[in-house]
Order: sequence, then structure tokens, then C-alpha cells
Amino acid sequence: MINPPVEDFATDFDHTDEAWVADPYPIMDDLRERCPVAHSDRYGGLWAPMTYDAVAAIANDTEHFTSRTVVINNGRPGDDALPAPIGVAPPISSDPPFHEIARRLLLPAFAPRPIAALEPFTRELCNQLLDEMGDADLVDASVQYAEHIPVGLIAKLCGLPAEDGEQFREFVRIVLEGVDLPTEERIAAFQPVEDYIVPAIVERRENPDDGLISYLLDAEIMGEKLSDEHVFGSILLLIVAGIDTTWSAIGSSIWHLANNPDDLERLVAHPELLPSAVEEFLRAYAPVSMARLVKDDFEFQGCPMKKDDWIFLSFPAANRDPKAFDNADEVLIDREINRHSAFGLGIHRCLGSNLARLEMTVALEEWLKRYTKFELNASEPTTFSQGQVRGPRQLPLRILERK
Amino acid sequence: MRIHLDTEKCQGHGRCYSLAPDLFDCDDLGTAVVVVTGELSDEQLAKANLAAGNCPEFAIRIGD
Repeated sequence: MINPPVEDFATDFDHTDEAWVADPYPIMDDLRERCPVAHSDRYGGLWAPMTYDAVAAIANDTEHFTSRTVVINNGRPGDDALPAPIGVAPPISSDPPFHEIARRLLLPAFAPRPIAALEPFTRELCNQLLDEMGDADLVDASVQYAEHIPVGLIAKLCGLPAEDGEQFREFVRIVLEGVDLPTEERIAAFQPVEDYIVPAIVERRENPDDGLISYLLDAEIMGEKLSDEHVFGSILLLIVAGIDTTWSAIGSSIWHLANNPDDLERLVAHPELLPSAVEEFLRAYAPVSMARLVKDDFEFQGCPMKKDDWIFLSFPAANRDPKAFDNADEVLIDREINRHSAFGLGIHRCLGSNLARLEMTVALEEWLKRYTKFELNASEPTTFSQGQVRGPRQLPLRILERK
Repeated sequence: MRIHLDTEKCQGHGRCYSLAPDLFDCDDLGTAVVVVTGELSDEQLAKANLAAGNCPEFAIRIGD
């Protein structure tokens, strides 16, 4: 089933529509002026706020909005789904008070110091990928580079073989795409994910290592080991949330530099600008839009929201709101004040933000050490992902100058 | 001028301790911790304002 094309995003919003996938930013700006909360009857009812204020308010309001499921689709969590507050992939799908318990289990593993220790591994991985690209003048920065970096890191963190990376990307596709399929088909499509993760957990129960699966199996909540569903859900979360997000962020950054030779030249000449450039790429091309469900009938900013309506929680739209950011529509790689919300706001702040920043920084540093001038290769298509995570999936480039 | 950190609002984005490591550090969960006490020097004040201006949760206030 493929959704019909959108005629007016204000009243028939659909984030999977071709026009939104190709270039959502002018649509966001238009809706922010006109609505600023778009609506749709699709997916059983959906609201899409476009202002920073509304996005921040919803992200911080766990009383009226639940995270029980965060991928917009035609279904709703049925009676056989794990009940709130745990949800299918804790802690992203958990509400207070369980959320904090599940989150605190994982936070230490993703805190700045343990993540900084992964820098040499990340650098080595990036250089290996660049070596494999050799001296070709035509390369694909997504297919040959960006998509492999988070796969390598997540596999290492979980203690899973790097060779399984191709499967991880398939799992991401299963969970995040095909959202307009009927619920039964979505459930059937999910089987290979279970068939991979469940035996991996069984194997780690017998042969513990220093990866996150073993860490979770060893963890306790109030003296009790975690349920299998909890361990499964958290590993699923790390695989799904940790891969196409950072892949997108790295890809969008390179896409920007390919399209903006002045920024590229400046960054090559002044690598000390990279930290602020990374934050600006995160603001301008924030990959992730989250979702919430409305808990009970509730009026929000004049919108009559109904129980179980979806909220398309667009951090990318918040990041482009001119009321929250000066020159919001310009990408300024030396922007000093940048309170962007690319990693979310409130209690669900991206658990892996330190890891994502490490990957982006190292990936761009190593890339720019080799490729000092490049442009889009217009004879091949550049394509973007469809769904709640946006970034280039094919990014064909022509290398014009290398070191 | 001093740094006032609202630890209830802090969600561990880590902007402050990345931008101003002399003024902020983090705990084992990544939550921010202020490591200076008392009045800020002019140089510290500039860094503190940079940290405050980049906090996505508006958790840092610089004032008396």
C-alpha cells in the first residue's frame, strides 16, 4: 500500500510523501507561517507542530504525551504489546517513572569518557574505508563511507560481529520503513530481527563478554535481573537508533560540503572550525523526527487532539524556526550560539549523542584530510531516506582534489 | 557573576563541558557538574556565557 500524494501538507500531512523526502525545509517554513501545527487524517490521525516552542513543549510533556511507540505507522500498540511504561524498546519507548530506571542502566556506557575511548577505533575504521575507496575519482560517500561507520561502532559496543553489519541495516529498514504496510505485514517483516537478536542474547548468556548485551544481562533493577523482553528491546533500540541516524548525519554533512564549496574550502583551511560546523550540520540537517501518542483527548495550542493521535515531533523543524535561531535558514559553520535540538529535548535526549558526535567529528576530519575538493556527481542520482530519519542514501561525488 | 546550573533541567547533552571544560565537568551518567566556585573572572564569564547559550535545555543561568 502506498499513500496517495499530498496536496496540502497543512491538512493532509505525510512525512513519507515524495516532496517531503526530497526537500522538507521549504514545506516546514511554509507550515510554520500558516498553521503552525499541521494535521492529517493519515495513520489514524496525526499532528505535526513546526515551531520550536511547540516541539519543546511536547518533548517536555510526559503527562499528555506517551512515548509508548515512536515510529509512526498505521497501527497502534495492541493488547499484546508490552504495556507502558516499559514499551518495546526501553528506554526510548518508556514513560516515567520506569523510563529513568531503564535509562540510568545505559547512561554510564554512553557517557563522555567511555565513548572518548572509542576514538582510535573510529579513526582506524574511517581510514580503512577511505583506503578501500582508493584513488577513484567517482565515489559514493553514503554507500562506501557514511553507512559503515555507525555499523562498526554499534557492533563493537554490543559485542556483535562487524560482518553482520549488512543485516543491521536491513533491520533498520524493517523497523523504520514500510510504515504504511498493514500491521500484520509489519509484524511478519519483523521476524528476521527476532531471529537474529534472540540467539545473540542466548549466546551471551552462556559466554559473557565485555559488550552491552552481557552488560544488560548482568544488570539489575531493584535486585532483579532484567526481563528478556527488556534486554531484547534495548539491543533492538541500539541497533535501530544507532545506525541510520549517524549515517544520515555524516552523509548530510558531506552533502552540504559538496554543495557549498566556500564552506568546504574554509573547513579544509581551518579544521579548528569543525566542532562548531558539526553542531551546525546537526542543527540544519537534524536527521531524526520523533513521535509521541496523545494519551487522552487534550487541547494543545488550539488543536483538539484525540487519544491515540500521533505527534510527528520534528526536531528538524524546530531547528529551522527563525524565532529560536538567528538566520535559521542559513548554514553558518561558525555559529557560536546554537541550542539546537537535534538530539531531542527533555528526558529522552539521545542516549548516543556523545557517540554520534565522536563518529561525525572523526568521519569528517579523516574525510577532509584526504578529499579537499569534491562536488556532487550529477550524472548519478542523489537519494534521501524516507521516514522519520532523514539523510542521503546515495551520495555520488566527483573528487576534484585530494591530498 | 556566578554559574547557576539547574540539575533538574540538565539532560546531559554535554555542550557545556565540551565548550568550557575549565568550568564544567560531568558525572558518570553524563550530567553536568560545575567545577568553579564563586565569582567568575572576565575570561571565565565569556566561556560561561558560551556554555549557557549552547545549552539546549536552558539549564544554565549566569547571574548573581
